[in-house]
Amino acid sequence: MDLKVVSQSGGCASSGCGSSADRLSHLPEAIRAKVNNHPCFSEDAHHHYARMHVAVAPACNIQCHYCNRKYDCSNESRPGVVSELLTPDQAVKKVLAVAANIPQMTVLGIAGPGDPLANPERTLETFRQLSEKAPDIRLCVSTNGLALPAVAEELSKHNIEHVTITINCVDPDVGAKIYPWIFWNNRRVKGRKAAEILIEQQQKGLEMLVERGVLVKVNSVLIPGVNDEHLKEVSRVVKAKGAFLHNVMPLIAEEEHGTFYGLMGQRGPTNEELQTLQDACAGDMAMMRHCRQCRADAVGMLGEDRGHEFTLDKIETMEIDYAAAMARRAEIHAEIEANRAAQRQQTGEAFVSLSSLKRSVRPKVEPRSVLMAVATTGQGVINQHFGHAREFLVYEASVNEVRFIGARKVDLYCAGGDTCGDAETTLQKIIRTLEGCEVVLCSKIGYEPWSQLEEAGITPNGEHAMEPIEEAVAAVYREMVEAGQLDQAKAEPQRLTA
Amino acid sequence: MAFKIVEGCVNCWACEPLCPSQAIFEAKPHFLVDAKKCTECEGDYADAQCASVCPIEGVILDGLGVPVNPPGSLTGIPPERLAAARAEIQAR
Repeated sequence: MDLKVVSQSGGCASSGCGSSADRLSHLPEAIRAKVNNHPCFSEDAHHHYARMHVAVAPACNIQCHYCNRKYDCSNESRPGVVSELLTPDQAVKKVLAVAANIPQMTVLGIAGPGDPLANPERTLETFRQLSEKAPDIRLCVSTNGLALPAVAEELSKHNIEHVTITINCVDPDVGAKIYPWIFWNNRRVKGRKAAEILIEQQQKGLEMLVERGVLVKVNSVLIPGVNDEHLKEVSRVVKAKGAFLHNVMPLIAEEEHGTFYGLMGQRGPTNEELQTLQDACAGDMAMMRHCRQCRADAVGMLGEDRGHEFTLDKIETMEIDYAAAMARRAEIHAEIEANRAAQRQQTGEAFVSLSSLKRSVRPKVEPRSVLMAVATTGQGVINQHFGHAREFLVYEASVNEVRFIGARKVDLYCAGGDTCGDAETTLQKIIRTLEGCEVVLCSKIGYEPWSQLEEAGITPNGEHAMEPIEEAVAAVYREMVEAGQLDQAKAEPQRLTA
Repeated sequence: MAFKIVEGCVNCWACEPLCPSQAIFEAKPHFLVDAKKCTECEGDYADAQCASVCPIEGVILDGLGVPVNPPGSLTGIPPERLAAARAEIQAR
């Protein structure tokens, strides 16, 4: 199967183009139906639908240098971390409880905290029960790929339509710097040989899934100085084999996480390095940029975690009538779809106006593009108070399009840099997180952050509350162009004193 | 003779399902090996399974009390090369 995927950065001449919702419009109907309400496979869907992970799979069969296998922690938010391990029966109960209470939850993923296919029984038993009891929930699984060829056939039988494989390399010499060992055929295999086997199994697993019509997302961890340049090759290879989406994520490596990379002082990429690489890979296939690198037991919209509402002791007391819940869920999903259709139409009109802008400014120098940060809690609109935002969505506006660049978390982990110190206030951290952005769109904002943002060269804007994000970004961009603010290079913001 | 899991085990569950003798069990503060059941995998596997999948150096001891995975054996970096490896990684 060869999926034609249009790159996000590709040129676009016609009007009504450039919206993330429309980027799926070229896909065959059957594929679109599979991703339309999957928050991890569709950027537009992630504004409207939620996901959850159940931590039923603790064991792992490889070691990655960015992973600490001591996964039990309630305060960290990153892949591989969970608070309680569940049996398949407990997991099923939790899924039904979440589905009834968060009707916009459409996807159940099993992502660890180990490798869900290392000992596949617990993972498959959870899927077996759920496909029977909750047929309206999509099932998906993430894996390092080592055991994938052995279970690919069985996964496709269990109605698993989405699989994510973490592929960090296709070259064993690169792999040897990321994976110190694997457990293979009842022995520990180390070094280059280990990476060679892992890569072979990952690629074979990818091919087997694509042959069976499963949509495959490839996750790659960007590790500066290790696989940064190499990921372009990874993107080419997996695309050629039929992967649907490539998600390049920044390495998270802090000493306190206790990972090998964290302890050894391996740095993660800067926002700019990440974006540059994502753009370079985008020439080859569709890129995912809205990943929040969530925990293996996350619950809720991407970027939020409501797991604490559904701990084992709490779900024990919940009585769930799933037939009634399913009817209610169908109603809510219909409402969401009606809302999305209306937004698409509005945003489409905004893009028509953007392209007329392009025609009107043609004689002059083309205005430069602008990065804008958005505070939102979901539904695809600007609806969050600046002070409540724990993350910002960053969009790039140009005369050609408005495109989503990525999400930046505010306080969950530090991006590093030598200006980082204990005396730094939360607001200063936010301002550093928003580096490169010239506008921040939110529903409301207080006086103090307003003036500090302005000093840092970022214009706060609360005039577009409750408007669809891309439409508002296009409107602000239009104002900036018309005011002549974009005719020359960006003004240097005043230097921050830490 | 029997293997032993000692302090430092992170309770990652990797070993438990692999044991051919079901000698490994969950306990506090960490997993333990039932010495009466452990066969050191003799007759089943060439390598002891728990020690071949364990991700933590030094926490599984063989029948003689010697760590099966000594320092540096799992990171691939022997202790004497640690400082050089750290410098190399930090230069990335």
